[in-house]
Amino acid sequence: MSSSAITQADDSKPILGFWIYIMTDCVLFASLFATYAVLFRNTAGGPSGYQLFNLKNVLAETLILLTSSFTCGLAMLAAHRDDRKQTLFWFAVTFALGIAFLAIELTEFRHFVVTGNSWRRSGFLSAFFTLVGTHGLHITIGLMWMVILMWQVLKRGLSRSIIKRLTFLSMFWHFLDIIWIFIFTIVYLRGAIAP
Amino acid sequence: MIEFASLLGKLNWSALPQDPITAGGAATVVGGVLGVMALLTYFKRWKWLWKEWLTSLDAKKIGIMYIVVAAVMLIRAGTDALMMRTQQAVSVGANHGILDSNHFQQIFSAHGTIMIFFVGMGLMFGLINLIMPLQIGSRDVAFPFLNSISFWLFFVGVALVNLSLVVGSFSAAGWLAYPPLSELHYSPGVGVDYWIWSLEIAGIGSLLSGINFLTTIIKMRCKGMSLMKMPMFVWTVMGAMTLVIFAFPILTVTLTLLYLDRTFGMHFFTAGSGGNMMMYVNLIWAWGHPEVYILVLPAFGVFSEVVATFSRKRLFGYTSMVWATWAIVALSFSVWLHHFFTMGAGADVNSFFGIMTMIIAVPTGVKIFNWLFTMYRGRILFATPMRWFMGFVVLFTMGGIAGVLLGVPAIDFQLHNSLFLVAHFHTMIVSGVLFGYFAGVTYWFPKFAGFRLNERFGNYAFWCWFVGFILAFGPLYILGLMGATRRLDHYSASLGYQPLFIVAGIGAGIIAIGVTMQLLQIFVSIRGRHEARDTTGDPWNGRTLEWSTPSPVPFYNYAVTPEVDSRDPFWAVKQARAAGAAVEPPHYEAISLPKNSAIGLYIGIMSFMVGFGAIWHIVWLSAIGLFSIVFLILVRCNDDHTEHHISAKKLEQLDKKARAQGGYA
Amino acid sequence: MNKKLKIILPAVVIVGFLSVAVWYLRRTTIPILEPKGPVGLQERNLLLFALALSLFVIIPVFSLLFFIAWKYRESNESARYSPDFDHSRIIETIWWLIPSAMIGVLSVVAWNSSHSLDPYKALNSKTPQMTIQVVALDWKWLFIYPQQHIASVNLVQFPKDTPIDFQITSDSVMNSFWIPQLGGQIYSMPGMSGQLHLMASQYGSFNGLSANISGAGFSGMTFVARSSSEKDFVAWAHHASRSQNKLSLAAYNNLDRPSQNNPVAYYSSPKDNLYGTILAKYDGPGTSMSGMYTGGKTSMSGMGMQ
Repeated sequence: MSSSAITQADDSKPILGFWIYIMTDCVLFASLFATYAVLFRNTAGGPSGYQLFNLKNVLAETLILLTSSFTCGLAMLAAHRDDRKQTLFWFAVTFALGIAFLAIELTEFRHFVVTGNSWRRSGFLSAFFTLVGTHGLHITIGLMWMVILMWQVLKRGLSRSIIKRLTFLSMFWHFLDIIWIFIFTIVYLRGAIAP
Repeated sequence: MIEFASLLGKLNWSALPQDPITAGGAATVVGGVLGVMALLTYFKRWKWLWKEWLTSLDAKKIGIMYIVVAAVMLIRAGTDALMMRTQQAVSVGANHGILDSNHFQQIFSAHGTIMIFFVGMGLMFGLINLIMPLQIGSRDVAFPFLNSISFWLFFVGVALVNLSLVVGSFSAAGWLAYPPLSELHYSPGVGVDYWIWSLEIAGIGSLLSGINFLTTIIKMRCKGMSLMKMPMFVWTVMGAMTLVIFAFPILTVTLTLLYLDRTFGMHFFTAGSGGNMMMYVNLIWAWGHPEVYILVLPAFGVFSEVVATFSRKRLFGYTSMVWATWAIVALSFSVWLHHFFTMGAGADVNSFFGIMTMIIAVPTGVKIFNWLFTMYRGRILFATPMRWFMGFVVLFTMGGIAGVLLGVPAIDFQLHNSLFLVAHFHTMIVSGVLFGYFAGVTYWFPKFAGFRLNERFGNYAFWCWFVGFILAFGPLYILGLMGATRRLDHYSASLGYQPLFIVAGIGAGIIAIGVTMQLLQIFVSIRGRHEARDTTGDPWNGRTLEWSTPSPVPFYNYAVTPEVDSRDPFWAVKQARAAGAAVEPPHYEAISLPKNSAIGLYIGIMSFMVGFGAIWHIVWLSAIGLFSIVFLILVRCNDDHTEHHISAKKLEQLDKKARAQGGYA
Repeated sequence: MNKKLKIILPAVVIVGFLSVAVWYLRRTTIPILEPKGPVGLQERNLLLFALALSLFVIIPVFSLLFFIAWKYRESNESARYSPDFDHSRIIETIWWLIPSAMIGVLSVVAWNSSHSLDPYKALNSKTPQMTIQVVALDWKWLFIYPQQHIASVNLVQFPKDTPIDFQITSDSVMNSFWIPQLGGQIYSMPGMSGQLHLMASQYGSFNGLSANISGAGFSGMTFVARSSSEKDFVAWAHHASRSQNKLSLAAYNNLDRPSQNNPVAYYSSPKDNLYGTILAKYDGPGTSMSGMYTGGKTSMSGMGMQ
């Protein structure tokens, strides 16, 4: 009995710790958003977001990421049901969606760069690439993490500690989704509305 | 040949010292490292170092390592200060002193950076590691392995700053490296990159510590310790760590953006192309001002413990102390603009931040009055920690007044960036932060070493610091009023600065004697350790839980986790026993503690490679470092045997032995 | 005997040291305390007022500290000992309120003085104000007189009692333009035009300097601010206008190159709107300061462009 009490206490620490970590990541993104807000008119003769952004792509990215959050949730439900197959399946779907998202994002980046509008072009583009790129980097880390955890699920099954890790991953994934909503609104929608 | 050169990025032979001053600095660093290694080899201590220290996950050991590194860095950055003072005392008129302007600028940039990040933060994290878990009646911090990573990242920061003496050069753009001076166009060397990566890596370490300690305080308090029963030091740590969580990500972002500007041709802070240098100044101070309170709040906590113990009295106004602490935490994010009233933000903005700045003086003042009333009707023993406290109140009040003056924007226009400002913030940081942590180290030393520090040398050290400080910084206030700006490596004789700079130089010399006294104090204390042995575990008649443990504290902290029902639990126990309460025999249970792990150290080495590669543009090195870090984390995550267990019986034996040697029975 | 010596000796040392210090400071100029213009004077008075107000904190804290430390020292067993006296609502309220009241007073003063001494605000004077454009270069100060069509390096002269509107920018890194005897400083930043209104009410040569680290030549980046009679100023301007060196764009670009400890130099007929041209160097089309300080005055001045 006492040993289970200890493990429970042990679980609540990393969960709190992870929430605090997410908080620090929020501050990090908040700083990048602030930077973007200060610089987004500083196009230095280069194109503005109005000229650059292709909302169709962005809409696709948004839908993909939102769906991936949903499938991630399904995966977690399966994990809590102790259904290893379903868990792996839904995480695989989530992973594929994440890759699709990244592919669209990188295509967009590449398009900007080859048309002469790289991060070197202006303060606005530096801020754009850094903010959106940091989110993309987080997604990449999330995908790597997903692969590792899927491999662990495959090898070790859904033990308590694995479920705990999956929970952290899904928190992280949902968090990135929320950040994306802000990017979608503040960067793309606002950029597309007014020149 | 060409391929080889590009493999090493910007690194080549010319990065090695080319002139006597840099060569001297490099020789000191290399000599110091080699000397330590030779000693370790001679005394066959490598294994001991590895097993007992480098791979330890025991918060107490990590804390001691922080303090040792911070002490070495105090000497390093203090030497910088002495060189600066010498330069300014002699570099007048035709005489251009001992340093050229570039060296001088590197030295003051390094001095500021090291003192804040590696001395102030080092002493703070050291003491938190040592004391906070003990004070909340816990065996450990929430994430011992993360704690070791934090330490090693801190150490990598230290290593990079000092490596810049040997390979390449350090930033000459001041400790906060304002652009555009710190941009590639004006600082083409690797100096600013050393600065960026040293702080970036150490800063991430601090951020992890913030998460770790905050979780520890929230989750690991012993039974009965409600928030309002926590020792004041724990409260202030909680406040400081909250600030770390909110402030350090801003630093990480700011440094990264500057690096992106320098390395990838971005335009965040450049002059032109849509960059905005004012944004850098805002961002860096949005971190920088809270940073001051991060350093000073735990020192306030130390003083609260010291004053109560040495006055033999409960801390006065505990509740208002808690409120004052959180008022400071909240307000510290709303004052950053006072660092640049002269940027020209307009009267409304300036007045707002000026008034917020002055408001923050109120909770600080409340704390001082509370300490004074803790002493009131007490029985005050003026041991060394209490002397540091007295010195602190005198200097801090004066410096605080200077700060309120600077908080009035119209006055600040005349004093900004002058030596008056330099004198002000040194008064706050030396008396508030350093004196606080010196008091803390002296106060808690017997708990970890098992014997007290020599009082006589402690007293000498205090007086050298105090008198030296007044001589070193009093003239700076006047020089500021004389229109002397900071960071001058040369001035004209007609200005009349020289005599004051000479007095300041003498003051710095006296402080250096003070540091020597502190070193002697340690030496003398170790030699006389048998006479000064702490056999009770409670050398100062303490009040809080840590004094109920034997000295030195056993690795498991508490054989039986304590339960408390008051603010000064150990004082209450002693009172009850004196009144004849029965002593209950302890009931031992098996415990588990983290095993040693070298992975934190390895992650440190790999982060060093990431940083070094980033500084010198050696991409493969950074890449290897990065992938190794991921790999090492995986290895750790897949290790299910990270704890070792101690049976109840074994624990009982250990505890009895420890108490027999130096503990409260 | 020994105990007496322990008190007397430090006392003698302190008194002696202070006497020497006072003697030295009396014969040295302390510019901020001896201002030569109305702005500096008001700032000095404000400083002294705030300092006087702070005595309301210093005196009680120091007297309490030494009195309590003395009275309740361990060896004084006759003093009252109350180990459990740990709070008092009245006393604590008092020391939340008294500093608050003090800060309240000071806040009003800070608000008013920030507005009355706003460096962007023109000074009250019957004499019309004169504009001098200041450009911080690596590592010297260029002063452009748009009305007189002259320019000078490291020397700025103006008539006494004439309000000066310094317009300040930089064609290098961030610097801070400061003439301590006349009043406060303002940052000079590339691509941005700051403003500082000052006036001298006495004749004299005052030291000016950069108060923000700007690289290798920083310490030598000093200049002289000379306040003279109107007649002397006209003569000086005339002298400068006859300088062989014309400040064409090419001459300016030449001057813009890094150099240290520059001597005073004069230029005639600076290029039209040189100041605007310098500002515009950092101001590509489509760029603006996106309201970082919307309420503020620092602005990316594109005037030269349009």
